[in-house]
Amino acid sequence: MDDIILQILNGLDKGSAYALIALGLTLIFGTLGVVNFAHGALFMIGAFCAVTLQKLLSLERIEVSATEKTAWGTPLEIKTPYAELWFGHDFGAAIIDWSVPLAILFAIPVMLAIGYVMERGLIKHFYKRPHADQILVTFGLAIVLQELIKHYYGANPIPTPAPSAFRGSFDFGVLLGFDAGSIIYPYWRMVYFAFSAVIIGAVFAFLQFTTFGMVVRAGMADRETVGLLGINIDRRFTIMFGLAAAVAGLAGVMYTPINSPNYHMGMDFLVLSFVVVVVGGMGSLPGAVLAGFLLGILESFASYSPIKNFFETWLFLPSIDQIIIYLVAIIILLTRPRGLMGRKGVMED
Amino acid sequence: MGILEVKNVNKRFGGLQALGNVNLSVAENTVHAIIGPNGAGKSTLLNVLVGKLIPDTGSVMFDGKSVLGRAPYEINQMGISRVFQTPEIFGDLTVMENMMIPCFAKRDGAFELNPLASVGKQTDIVERAEQMLIDMKMIDKRHMHAASMSRGDKRRLEIGMCLSQQPRLLLLDEPTAGMARADTNNTIDLLKQIKAERDITIAIIEHDMHVVFSLAERITVLAQGTPLVEDTPDKIKGHPKVREAYLGESA
Amino acid sequence: MLGLDKKDTTLLIVVAVLALFAPFLLNPFPTESALAQFNAGYPDLMQRFVIFGIFAIGFNILFGLTGYLSFGHAAFLGVGSYAAVWMFKLLGYNVVPGIILSVIVAGVFALLIGFISLRRSGIYFSILTLAFAQMSFAMAYSVLTPITNGETGLQVYSSDNPLFQTATDPNVPHLFGLVMRESYTMKVGAWSFSFNNGYYLCAILMLVAFYISIRIFRSPFGLMLRAVKSNQQRMNYTGLSARPYTLAAFVISGMYAGLAGGLLASMDPLAGAERMQWTASGEVVLMTILGGAGTLIGPVLGAGFIKYFENIFSKINESTLHGWFSWLPDPIEDPLVWLLEHFIGGGWALTLGTLFMLVVIFLPGGLVEGGQRIGRLISGKSRGTEDETGKPAATSHPAE
Repeated sequence: MDDIILQILNGLDKGSAYALIALGLTLIFGTLGVVNFAHGALFMIGAFCAVTLQKLLSLERIEVSATEKTAWGTPLEIKTPYAELWFGHDFGAAIIDWSVPLAILFAIPVMLAIGYVMERGLIKHFYKRPHADQILVTFGLAIVLQELIKHYYGANPIPTPAPSAFRGSFDFGVLLGFDAGSIIYPYWRMVYFAFSAVIIGAVFAFLQFTTFGMVVRAGMADRETVGLLGINIDRRFTIMFGLAAAVAGLAGVMYTPINSPNYHMGMDFLVLSFVVVVVGGMGSLPGAVLAGFLLGILESFASYSPIKNFFETWLFLPSIDQIIIYLVAIIILLTRPRGLMGRKGVMED
Repeated sequence: MGILEVKNVNKRFGGLQALGNVNLSVAENTVHAIIGPNGAGKSTLLNVLVGKLIPDTGSVMFDGKSVLGRAPYEINQMGISRVFQTPEIFGDLTVMENMMIPCFAKRDGAFELNPLASVGKQTDIVERAEQMLIDMKMIDKRHMHAASMSRGDKRRLEIGMCLSQQPRLLLLDEPTAGMARADTNNTIDLLKQIKAERDITIAIIEHDMHVVFSLAERITVLAQGTPLVEDTPDKIKGHPKVREAYLGESA
Repeated sequence: MLGLDKKDTTLLIVVAVLALFAPFLLNPFPTESALAQFNAGYPDLMQRFVIFGIFAIGFNILFGLTGYLSFGHAAFLGVGSYAAVWMFKLLGYNVVPGIILSVIVAGVFALLIGFISLRRSGIYFSILTLAFAQMSFAMAYSVLTPITNGETGLQVYSSDNPLFQTATDPNVPHLFGLVMRESYTMKVGAWSFSFNNGYYLCAILMLVAFYISIRIFRSPFGLMLRAVKSNQQRMNYTGLSARPYTLAAFVISGMYAGLAGGLLASMDPLAGAERMQWTASGEVVLMTILGGAGTLIGPVLGAGFIKYFENIFSKINESTLHGWFSWLPDPIEDPLVWLLEHFIGGGWALTLGTLFMLVVIFLPGGLVEGGQRIGRLISGKSRGTEDETGKPAATSHPAE
C-alpha cells in the first residue's frame, strides 16, 4: 500500500508538467487551430529563465585583498555577490537562495513577450495554411530556439536548486501510519504539484468566469460563428497564445529543481505532451489535464520494480517504463480514436 | 420491386425524430426526386442511403443487397455514384486525370497495386476518359487544373466522373444549390440528356421546385422526417398536403 | 526508354550522368588551392549525398504524393542499419545480404507502424509516427540492447565468427571482394579525383531507386496517391479505398529508408540509436520540402544541398569568417562575424532550423519552384498565361 502511494506521488510531478504543457497545446490548438511544435521549446525557455535569473543574481564582485594571501602566496580574491552588496548580506543571500520562485516574476513578462512576438510575427501567417505547414514551421522554430540556448548555455544540464527551505523531504509514512521512511517525498515536488494545481485552476477559472474566457470557449467550439459575431477574435488569439506560452514557461521555471534543465528538455517533453493531448482527446482541456496526470502516474508505476519485473519476466518487455506511455497511446488510439474526453468532430480525420 | 428499397427506416438524434418510418422505392430507370422543406430530413436520408449513418431500425436495399454499415467505396462499387452539393473533384489534378480516376476504379476495383504500370499506356482507360470528356463537352479543357474551372464546369466534370463508372443509380444532392439561373438550366439540360441517352436511375434530393418539376418522373415529399405523398409531378403540384407542408397554407 | 516518356528519360539520364561523374564535378578546385575547402568530391561525403538522396526520394513518395507527413521515418533508416550490421555479424562482410535484409526488415516494420498510424490522418498521423519513432529510439537504447547494443551502437566484433566469412575475404564491408571503402585516386595536374567503390554502389542503387520513383509517379497507383492528397471524400465516393493506397506508399517509402540505412551501414559498419532520433526524421522532411515535395528531382536536390552545406558549415570556424570579411571595416566586420558565428561549426543544427523556417515561409514549393520562378522571370512568361496554355500549376504537377 505504501509503495502504491509512493508511486502515485512520484507520478504527480511529471504528470503536472505534462498537464501544463498539454493544457497550453490544447488551448492553442483549440482557439487558433495551430499545431505548435515549438511548445516544448517554450517550456525549456521558461526553465532557462530560472537559470538566467540565478546566474544574474549570483554575479560576483571580485576584490583582490590587500592584506590576506592564499595558501599559495597569491593575493586572496574576495568574491561577493552583487545581490549581497546591494541588499545587505542576509537579504541578498536569501534572494539568491530563492532565485527559482523569484524567476516566476521574471519569466511572466519574458514568456508573454515571446508569445506575443511568436504569434504576431510567425504563427499569425499560418492560420490559413495546412496543418503540415504549421507543424513544419514550428518544428523549425523549436530547433532554432533550442540551438540558441545550446549556443549560449552549453549542452550540459545546469543544476538549479530549490530554496534551501524546500530541499528536504517529507515523510508521508509517519503521517499515514506506515513505517517511518517508507514514503519519502521531496518538499519541492509537493510545491510543484500545488503550483500546477493553482495554475490549472486559474486557467479554468479564467475561461469559465470571464467574458474573455467565454468568447474563447465559444471560439473553441465553433470558430467561424464567433468570427461572424464581429468579436475581434484576432486580438484574443494573441492573448491566448501569450497565456499558453506563459503557462508552459512557468511550468518550466518551477521544474528546474526537479531535473536540471538542458537544451533538449523541451523536445523530450513535447513528444510526450503531444501523446498526452492525443490520449486526452484533441481539443479537450479537461482531457489534457486528466491524461497528463494519468500518464505521469502510469509512467511512475511502470518504473516500480515489481511491475517492471513482472513485464520483464512474463511479457519479455524489460524497461517497460520507457515505452509505457507510447504503448498506452497506441492502444487508446486504436480502441478509442477520439481520446478519453475528445468531442465528436474535432480533428476526426 | 425498385432498384433502391428503403423500408421502415427510423433515426433519432437524442430527442429529435429525424426520420420516422420512411418507406421509399425508387424504380429502375426513372428519375425520382425527394423534396421537402428545410429540416424535413432530406440530408439525414441521404446519409443513410450512402452508408454514412446507420438507422435505428429498418433496411436500405440496393439491388437486393443491404447498404447499411458499408464504407462509401463499397457502396460505390455496388453501383451507386454520388454527386455532392458543392462539387467534390480532385482540385489539384488536371481534368483528364480527374476523369481517369473513376475509370480506373471501375476497371480495377477499390485497390490495385500497380506502381510500375504507366498511366499513359492504359489505352482503354485513356480512351474511355477522353470519350467521357467529349460527351461532357469538356475535351478542350482536358489539361486544365480542375480547381481553376468555373463552378458550372466543376459540376459538369463531377457528373461526368460519376457517369464514367456506369453507375446503376446516380444520387444527386441539391445539384444546383448556389448556382446562377443559366448554370442551373445547363445542369438540368445535361441531366435530361443523360437520362435520354442511357439506362440509368437518378435520385435527386432537392428543394428547388423548378429543377424537380423539370426532371422528375416520381416525387416523394418528405416532411418532418416522414414521407407525405409519393406521386407524379402533375399530381404533386396540386396536392393540398404538399402545399400545406411547403407553404404553411392551411388549405 | 525503359518505359518512360521523353521528358522523364532525359531527367533520368541527366541524374545518371551527374551521379557517375560526381567525383569530377564535385572537385572543381585544385587540391592545394584556398577554395579546396568547397570541394565535396571525397568518398564519405559523396556516399552521403546519394544515400540521403535515396532516403528523401522514398520519403517524397509518401509525403509528396499523399500529403501524409511522417515524423518518424528515421526509425526505418535505423532499423535498416541494424539489420545490415546483423548480417555482417552473422553471415560475413559481403554487403548483399545486409542490403536485402535491411529493405525487407524496414518494409515489415513500416507495415506494422503504418497499419496503426494510418488509422488516423492529418496531425494525428504525424504525432503517431513521431511517437513510434521516439519509442523505437527509446527501445533501441534500453529494451532492445541485446539486439542494438544500446548506447555503444551495434558493430562487428572479432568474436562474432560470421558464417561465410573466410580467411581470404576482406575484413571490412565488400561486394564480392570489392572493398567498399577503397578508392582509386586519379591525379590530373593540381587536381585530384577519387573514385570510391562504395560511392558507385550507392550511386547505382540511387539511380535504380530514382527510376522506380519516376515509374511510381507515372503509374495509376501514383495517380491514386495524388488523389488521396487532393480529395479523400471524392476518392471514397469513387469506389476507391484510400487506406491500402496510403499504406502501400508508407511501406514503399519505409523500404527506401531501410535501403538508405543498409547502405549507411555498408559504408561504415556501425549502427547507433541516434540515427532514429526525431532530429534525423526532421532532416529528411527538410530535404524533401527544401528540394520540392511532390516533384521528382526535388528530394535529390534537397538531400545534396543539405549534406553539402552541413559539411561546409561545420568546417568553417571564426577565423575563416574573419579571413573572408577582413575587407570590411571593423564596426561592420565584428558584428557580422559574431552573427554568422552562430551558424557555423557546431551550429549547423541552428542553420538547419532557420533554413526550415525560411523554406516553409517563403518557398513552400522548394528549390524546384524557386528555379521555375526564376526561369519564368527570365523567359518573361507569367504564371497565368502558362495555365491557360494548358499546363497545370507547377507546384502540384510532378514533372521536373
